[in-house]
Amino acid sequence: MKKLLIFAFATAAAASAQVGFDRIVQAEKEPQNWLTYSGNFNSQRYSKLTQITPDNVKNLELQWVYQAHSVEKYEATPLVVDGVMYTIQNPDDVVALDPVTGRIFWTFSWTPSPDSRPCCGRLSRGVAILGDKVFLGTIDAHLIALDARNGKPVWNVEVDKAADGYAVTHAPLVIKDKVIVGVAGGEYGIRGHIDAYDAATGKRVWRFYTIPGAGEKGNETWAGDSWKTGGASVWVTGSYDPDLNLTYWGIGNPGPDWNGDHRAGDNLYSDSVVALDADTGVLKWHYQFSPHDEFDYDSVQVPVLADIQMPGTSRVRKVMLWGNRNGLFYVIDRTTGQFLLGKPFVKVTWMNGFDERGRPMKVPQAQSNREGTLIYPGNQGGTNWYNPSFSPATGLFYIPAWEDYSSFFVKQDAEYVKGQTFGGGGPRNVTPPVVAGNFNYRKDGEQYGVIRAIDPKTGEKKWDFPMSDVTDAGIMTTATNLLFSGGREGYFFALDARNGKLLWKAALGGRVSSGPMTYSINGRQYVAVCAGSALFVYALRQ
Amino acid sequence: MRKIILALIMASSLAAQHELGGTTYTKTDIDIGNRLYIANCIYCHGPDGDQIAGVDFTHAKFPRSRSDDDIVKILRNGIPGTGMPAQTMPEPQLRTIVAYLRSLPAAAGQVLPAGADASRGKILFLSKGQCINCHRAQGVGSYFGPDLSDIGMLRRVVELDQSLSDPNAVIMPENRMFRAVTADGTTLTGRILNQDTFTVQLIDSKERLLSFQRSELKQFSPIDRSPMPSYKDKLTAAERADLIAYLMSLKGISQP
Repeated sequence: MKKLLIFAFATAAAASAQVGFDRIVQAEKEPQNWLTYSGNFNSQRYSKLTQITPDNVKNLELQWVYQAHSVEKYEATPLVVDGVMYTIQNPDDVVALDPVTGRIFWTFSWTPSPDSRPCCGRLSRGVAILGDKVFLGTIDAHLIALDARNGKPVWNVEVDKAADGYAVTHAPLVIKDKVIVGVAGGEYGIRGHIDAYDAATGKRVWRFYTIPGAGEKGNETWAGDSWKTGGASVWVTGSYDPDLNLTYWGIGNPGPDWNGDHRAGDNLYSDSVVALDADTGVLKWHYQFSPHDEFDYDSVQVPVLADIQMPGTSRVRKVMLWGNRNGLFYVIDRTTGQFLLGKPFVKVTWMNGFDERGRPMKVPQAQSNREGTLIYPGNQGGTNWYNPSFSPATGLFYIPAWEDYSSFFVKQDAEYVKGQTFGGGGPRNVTPPVVAGNFNYRKDGEQYGVIRAIDPKTGEKKWDFPMSDVTDAGIMTTATNLLFSGGREGYFFALDARNGKLLWKAALGGRVSSGPMTYSINGRQYVAVCAGSALFVYALRQ
Repeated sequence: MRKIILALIMASSLAAQHELGGTTYTKTDIDIGNRLYIANCIYCHGPDGDQIAGVDFTHAKFPRSRSDDDIVKILRNGIPGTGMPAQTMPEPQLRTIVAYLRSLPAAAGQVLPAGADASRGKILFLSKGQCINCHRAQGVGSYFGPDLSDIGMLRRVVELDQSLSDPNAVIMPENRMFRAVTADGTTLTGRILNQDTFTVQLIDSKERLLSFQRSELKQFSPIDRSPMPSYKDKLTAAERADLIAYLMSLKGISQP
């Protein structure tokens, strides 16, 4: 009997550590866990946990802090799986922690090659899990599978060459038996791609080039050989619709970023969303947000999938909601790629409407030039990669936005040298950064950050929560109509998702540059967020 | 003196479209570069860029670099074995610093008139000028206005001359005054020290360090005009030159 009991216990433990794909597809059935970068495949960052409410959120209390040994921006979203939290210590360490106490089970340390040169931070935004493996993309463009029990590497493949400017900075996405990653490096004249690797072996199964090759459809949107160095990177995790078996990815800027002279044409699939067959990587459709971009308007936002009844129709439609860096909010049919709605969510001056097929109509002066062109939104965008949220409870879409923000775009010559920056100019901020060091001297009328609630059926703004500095923080909403976010000032706060009213705040003393997440252990709900160099975890006072 | 000012105005308009080696910089580039220079470079290089032996930006003396790209490289990497550190800001910002450095020669020639005397200026600062009623320097004076103990490191002659004659011409964001009305109706005037979405920090006219929740204030609004009077008619041109000579001599608080 004793033997039988031991056997039964061991089996249960082994089973609990297995994260089969069926569990990830149905992640909303286990809201106590956070199984993918964005919580689940629809990337709504909406949790069904209900213990924390607008009434009791004022009783949140700090439970534990994980201090990472890194001064880099902390942009990761942790996973929580069956009593274990997996997160990042920048640049590319993975840490497994007890989500109740913050005690560390194991760490995996990776020293990136000195060749690695990510443009905008030596960091990773998170990991993925499948079965008994945790998957990490590194800034020297490796994809590594770790044993989820002890953090030991199982396999390690080179996705592309770090010396040529390639990197992986986003959390991978697991679909069925494959691990999907894209490459960053849009400022180095790379040719972007999205790859799928066999989760068991690390063998590459398919590759989709984000710039079509010679003879392929779309290659004609690049003058001459410009497609070979056209960028179109991928640095934020995509989404997946299991019914359609399509995976959606936002694609980055064309290169050189600020000088389009030698890449005449629309430059597909830069600044687009692509819908790929998850089994084969074959392109099913695309929509380009910013044709022939010269303003660095990466479309690397997380595609948020929702089922909505749009005005004037009777059926619920499978759509995609998208707050783009170019300042426009979009609703796109995710089955066909049809453009349904586009509207500015911040001040926008580079375009003045859409044609009947949903192509933006650029104003003639919206071109980078050598004297500098003033454009809204500025280089950092109306939003950027910051995680948005959609709440089925309120029916609203929430964007971390930069309002009244512009740049002078200055064009300069650009010569491609392998592995070197390939920018062709750059932005000049009209107002210098609002905050110098620890000090904020912002004047009225200067740019500001805002949590903006939008009705996706109309694109109309519903409410604003303005801040006196801009924000890089993501957003999470819950079934109890709570919205969690933060900003550069180091506050982590909860708003009423219905009206934007402030309900609770904590001063964490460091910039919030990540998306909050939530989980539950033994019936107690926790909320986690990164600020400064640390991860903070809250729960209701007991 | 008027002639000098006119020459300065002409020089600064020349600087607005400075060109060198085929690179044209806009006024915006130069302005942003100016602020970045003040924040990052001025303590070692000084306001005229001539504080380091052998380096003199005002006279285009860059001993280790010829092109703008050379300067960007030095800014990005620093100079090992010297006090020149690597700057972490992105390249576009580094280029605005280059734009500012390249603008300096065209704006040069801001010398004090012969005979300007810092020791007479100090007496004016402490007495007739009534500067210490609001300002502080070398451990003496009020905390209410900006401390001027290192103003000679931060500003050029032309900028100090403008501030004395027309204090409203340029008010740095960090030197603005605010009016705050508290819940009990008390009105305070203070210089802003910091702020965020929920709070503000001031030093008030009673030299108190104050911090408020915005939600506790009935009113919190900037005062558009500087509380400083114009010294155009309060002091003679010669006195103003003495005062500027004194201010330019203030290079930092002496160590105890």
